[in-house]
Amino acid sequence: MSFGAYLARRTGGLLLVLLVTSFIVFGLLYLAPGSPLAFILGPRGGTTEQIAAVTAQYHLNDPFFVRYVAWLGDLLRGDLGYSIVYRQDVSALISGRIGTTLALVAMAALLIAVVGIAAGTFAALRGGWSDQLTSTLAAIGLSTPSFVIGVALISVFAVGLGWFPTFGSGGGGMDTLVHLALPAVALSVASAAYLARITRASVLEERGREHVQTATVRGLAPGYIVRHHVLRNSLVPIVTVLGLTIATLIAGAVVVENVFALDGLGSLLVRAILQRDFAVVQAVILVLVVAFVLVNAVVDVLYTFIDPRIVLGSRK
Amino acid sequence: MTTPSTTSLAVARAVGSRRTAGLLRTTGGRLGVIGCIAAGLLLVIALAAAFAPVVAPYDPDFPDLLASLSGPTIAHPLGTDALGRDILSRLIWGARITLAGPGLVILIATVVGTLLALLAAWRGGRIDTAISWLLDVLFAVPGIVFGLIAVAIWGPSLITVVCGLAIAYVPYVARVVRGAALRERNMPYVAAAWLQGQSGPGITFTQILPNVQPIVVAQAVSSLGFAVIDLAAVSFLGLGVQPPTADLGLMVKSGFDSVLRGQPTEAIAAGSLIVLIVWCVTVIGDRLTSSARSMR
Amino acid sequence: MTDHLLRLDDVRATLRLRDGEQTLLNGVSLEIGAGEALGLVGESGSGKSLTTRAITRMLDPAFRVSGEILFDGASVPRMNAQALRRYRQRDVGMIFQDPRAHVNPVHRVGDFLTEALVRDRGVDRRTAERRAVALLDEVGVRNPEHRLRQYPHELSGGLLQRVMIASVLLAEPKLILADEPTTALDVTAQSDVMAILDEQRRARGLALLFITHDLELAAACCDRLAVMYAGEIVEQGAHVYDAPTHPYTIELLGARPSIDHRVERLPVLRYDRAAHELLKTEAS
Repeated sequence: MSFGAYLARRTGGLLLVLLVTSFIVFGLLYLAPGSPLAFILGPRGGTTEQIAAVTAQYHLNDPFFVRYVAWLGDLLRGDLGYSIVYRQDVSALISGRIGTTLALVAMAALLIAVVGIAAGTFAALRGGWSDQLTSTLAAIGLSTPSFVIGVALISVFAVGLGWFPTFGSGGGGMDTLVHLALPAVALSVASAAYLARITRASVLEERGREHVQTATVRGLAPGYIVRHHVLRNSLVPIVTVLGLTIATLIAGAVVVENVFALDGLGSLLVRAILQRDFAVVQAVILVLVVAFVLVNAVVDVLYTFIDPRIVLGSRK
Repeated sequence: MTTPSTTSLAVARAVGSRRTAGLLRTTGGRLGVIGCIAAGLLLVIALAAAFAPVVAPYDPDFPDLLASLSGPTIAHPLGTDALGRDILSRLIWGARITLAGPGLVILIATVVGTLLALLAAWRGGRIDTAISWLLDVLFAVPGIVFGLIAVAIWGPSLITVVCGLAIAYVPYVARVVRGAALRERNMPYVAAAWLQGQSGPGITFTQILPNVQPIVVAQAVSSLGFAVIDLAAVSFLGLGVQPPTADLGLMVKSGFDSVLRGQPTEAIAAGSLIVLIVWCVTVIGDRLTSSARSMR
Repeated sequence: MTDHLLRLDDVRATLRLRDGEQTLLNGVSLEIGAGEALGLVGESGSGKSLTTRAITRMLDPAFRVSGEILFDGASVPRMNAQALRRYRQRDVGMIFQDPRAHVNPVHRVGDFLTEALVRDRGVDRRTAERRAVALLDEVGVRNPEHRLRQYPHELSGGLLQRVMIASVLLAEPKLILADEPTTALDVTAQSDVMAILDEQRRARGLALLFITHDLELAAACCDRLAVMYAGEIVEQGAHVYDAPTHPYTIELLGARPSIDHRVERLPVLRYDRAAHELLKTEAS
């Protein structure tokens, strides 16, 4: 399949998934008990004009499908709706916070990739008690929820030792980096542990391959064999897991942002749910889904660079 | 294709010469030493949680305001929380929800996921395509988001989150089971049963299901660990179990406030118990998965 | 003694198992002179491949190896890591049975051919590629520049085996170990690949240890034959094919199917472990 055709097919699939998820998100919130009017205007109710304005804005008198199509049309024009609680456009709310979340996820992804791959390779190649120790640590890391790590990190490094700030996302540049360090660690531990496991298994498998014997019998340097023939060939499962992990990190950030009181998409979502700010809930969930699908598409393309035998679109 | 060399055959023989017999020894063999330790620990926790009214030294909700944040004493081995409630008792009661909630999530997800997977594997064709596609779509929404959507609709409560997470875990079970069921479906014994005139559903439930059962169980146990984490996280966010009910995720949350005041006991105790529970479940899940794979 | 390029003296390899030990090489002794070709024949499981692995020190660590292996007078079992790598880089070259499995699928053919030169011989990439192209041409690969840019899965098995041969020749070793180099190929490619290997070896005056179960092929392209059974060499020399003396060799030669006359049933070898042991006790 040519790259163009693949891109077209992939984009088509992406749009289809988005259409379905947007329908589900929209539909489910429509199912919520009680009149939307009551949610929007709050317990105090509103004046007749307010009711009329809200009804018109949300097309509340139209049938479900008309409303869905209208909402979808707004979405395509970049209009994610209007938040009743914040009295602001949802797109403005999101664009103001997405930077923090992206920075957090990027830092965590970097940590996961470096620590996970290094630890897994180390365990596989060293064997013996180093392997035992790494595997045990990975099992514990995998079992620890991010919020428990977050609380532990704050208690030790922020409250106890005072090395890091407890809350907030800092004022940009290095300050942000310092503020996001602990959250990024909290977010990455479980995924790094999982990646270490996958890397270990993959490296062990690749190390036993015949072509590695060929490289050894040709007298190539052991370090070069590990890098060029073992690790390079282990990349398919590693990248698969890394991609899936990054895609779920964005959702995982919801929890971590709350622990560290970071003003990102996650804390926005939780507050919106508690305040029943549906326009925000719908938009943020759609952003999470788009990110998940996009990351997976990128991983798909990466496969073809990693293993020349894989043809675009042949792996699902 | 390479012919296996003599060396690899001999090595395989050396490794594979272990066989165990008897039901107890089989289970023990499947779990291994660490698996058995994990199963034992989990059993102790589960029994303590089940008999919480008998085992717990105090009423988990009784506030002894004079002894709040007391730290470990003889009367309160793990100390008390900010409201003076006994932390040990709250841990024991909290373990109930922390085990039962995710258990329910996985039970629902496993039943629904297995039925979907068997249907897809047996009918094939368009039904399989449709089900696989549905699973892919569900897969595109991260697990915890389902819990959050459910809360957004029906408001924060344990039942809401359980329902939301149950949907999220369906594709994890269904994917694995569908793959296994498809493999079994192409086995000669299925063709033989078909020739004997058994019906499709009959073969699915009497022939295929028993053969994929170890994989179903292994996948369910493995997913349980993740469900414990997700449910605890939602409670921690304040969107799941509501106070004053004792729940481990909530205890980390309330303990977190005490951490900032230099009293980390509650957070440490609740956090550690969550880690211990998830570790036990994951270890058992891993052992079951590898033994289910090796049985094929 | 030292005019032999390679000398194996009473090499034994024992695999330690949970329940006792299993000896898979039982006192193998052989010599190969410079430029000489030795054919090592025997049924599968007789220890032929293990012998080549012992020569390159590629046996699994689970094996206990004893005996002496001398290459150009240097003891292979006693080499340190550095000397061993040098020995593998420059002295011996190994051609495997299945090129598909033995060439890394994710790197280009050119990378496979040049990596040893570039990494270990200090040859720059362009020179290495030029040499690789010249060698591919010599082993009968057409359009070699294009092949360098292709991936292994884009080449046929026969072509890939020629690439493997070229990679060994590029290292300019003194001895080539060829472990059933044509077995995994389809019949039409077999004779081509064998002819190229034989021709190149003779032209360069390289020694060859040729492992096969095809007696005729071995006889056709080797100076001497050695016959293995149950981890031992039962008979070796230039006479083996024409005038065998060991009962096993005689039977093995008699079991060849012939195109001159039809037989009702293919003959079955009656020589087995029991006969082997009996013969050994009688001899001693």
